Amino acid sequence: MSEPSESAGIDLHARQVAKFRLQDKFFHYSTQLFALVVLASLLGILVSLAIEAWPSLKAFGPDFLWTNVWSVPDDEYGALAAIYGTVVTSVLALLIGVPISFGIALFLTETCPLWLRRPLGTAIELLAGIPSIVYGIWGLFVFAPLFAEYFQPPLQNLLGEVPVIGSWFSGPPIGIGILTASLVLSMMIIPFIASVMRDVFETVPHVLKESAYGIGCTTWEVVRNIVLPYTRVGVIGGIMLGLGRALGETMAVTFVIGNANRIIPSLFAPGTSIASTLANEFGEADPGLHIASLFALGLVLFVITFIVLAISRWLISRSMGSEGL
Amino acid sequence: MMNLYTRRVWTNRIGMALSMIAMSLGLIGLMWILWTLFSKGFAALSIEMFTQDTPAPGTEGGGLRNAIVGSGLILLFSMLIATPIGILAGIYLAEYGRISKFASFTRFMTDIMLSAPSIVIGLFVYALFVATTGGFSGWAGSLALSLIAIPVVVRTTENMLKLVPTSLREAAFAVGAPRWQVSLKVTLRAVKSGVVTGVLLAMARITGETAPLLFTALNNQFFSTNMGEPMGNLPVVIYQFALSPYDNWINLAWGGALLIALLVLAVNIGVRVAFRQKDKR
Repeated sequence: MSEPSESAGIDLHARQVAKFRLQDKFFHYSTQLFALVVLASLLGILVSLAIEAWPSLKAFGPDFLWTNVWSVPDDEYGALAAIYGTVVTSVLALLIGVPISFGIALFLTETCPLWLRRPLGTAIELLAGIPSIVYGIWGLFVFAPLFAEYFQPPLQNLLGEVPVIGSWFSGPPIGIGILTASLVLSMMIIPFIASVMRDVFETVPHVLKESAYGIGCTTWEVVRNIVLPYTRVGVIGGIMLGLGRALGETMAVTFVIGNANRIIPSLFAPGTSIASTLANEFGEADPGLHIASLFALGLVLFVITFIVLAISRWLISRSMGSEGL
Repeated sequence: MMNLYTRRVWTNRIGMALSMIAMSLGLIGLMWILWTLFSKGFAALSIEMFTQDTPAPGTEGGGLRNAIVGSGLILLFSMLIATPIGILAGIYLAEYGRISKFASFTRFMTDIMLSAPSIVIGLFVYALFVATTGGFSGWAGSLALSLIAIPVVVRTTENMLKLVPTSLREAAFAVGAPRWQVSLKVTLRAVKSGVVTGVLLAMARITGETAPLLFTALNNQFFSTNMGEPMGNLPVVIYQFALSPYDNWINLAWGGALLIALLVLAVNIGVRVAFRQKDKR
């Protein structure tokens, strides 16, 4: 009498398990599908840019990268001026931004009183959250005029006569230009680099630092000889992250760089970057070589930042002992 | 001996002084930008800003109504696209992808997408969507912004799920729950507030993004709620107005920049305050 119902129970149970297993499988694959969508979109960017840029790549070949022409009327395009502007502004921004970020991270982890650490750290993170267009209009309307009036003439008087570097500071002090773009960019990337540096500085074991303090090291010596060697990899990763940001930044640069598609050795002169060329010209680009060349510029930018960011993420994850931040 | 000692002390003093100067420079920068934004932005703020559309070149008055509504719609739809994709991909990485090669590759790529140049994403959507469907539209703008928001949602969801204690999962498995129920009804529910935070931060991140909208949503000087057409939006209006020669437009640009910055700062500060109170409890 009891046997059939028991087997029915087992049967029901087995069916339930089978149903769950099927649902699980469905859940597994559907979540995997979404992860795949994320991955595919990144590869899709690369592929679609390459396809759109193809006419230009075919017409100019690798010369595109080091030709200093950008002429819409002649339909001839080379990326050198834009690449030059992008690299110079980003490197200058790093030269200005890295020491300041290091100082901020040092202050937040070593000297800052405990009760101030949190609010000051939050303030720096908020600086990272401000949209780049706000930096752009601030740079154009507030910073550039002040810079032209109070910083450029003295800088010119001081360094203008020095051989070699004098030419970097020649030309009329108009406020906007490569140097202004670098300064605004450096303000934008400081919070990113400073937060990564602070995070990796905090991974240094207290025992290590305390033993250095114990044998009489000063704070500066502890940072130089213990903290920095210990976190070297992560610090470089943070700097590369800042570089990746600076290379691809559009709005803050477009407002203040001056948008002149040629190479002038002076840092006071207007220039252009890949991102600002795209922002300025893409909307009204003629179909054909012009638009294809703009896509080629985008491809160059994407590949450069991809490499920089990949190295940065790899270094940071190695230093933090886990994957990613 | 004394000489060496003094030198060390002074090196230390100089180093610490420089670090303090760096910190103050950072704070001065923040204050300076906020001060400019608040003084110029609040001066431009008025009721008309919310009730009237963007003015024609060289005219007085007008507001930002079309841009505010357009931005709201584009944001809404991009978050509607990004939230489910981001959360499900995040669940995959946290629940299934602890050891798989595919997952760690995806995680790596997502981290790169987090900082990829946004203007390139605009180019991508232009090539994929605008060029093929034959026109700039609000949808294209939403799609571009969602591509920027997705990595943020993925990574916060994954990081939050990783914080759930294994014992909670095991308890659910022990009472016979299938894996999908454990994921959705136990672990995801446990970190609900963290995931919501991720979505909010993603929204804050894309609110001020201008570059990807330039060639996707374009702009529209008239009021429109049709997502199939070019759509006015705050970032592009700020960009165009700020670079114009008209004082009225520049004024409106400051007002719009203030609105965006206030929203972004409110979300960022709100999220931190909420989490801090939770820590205390």
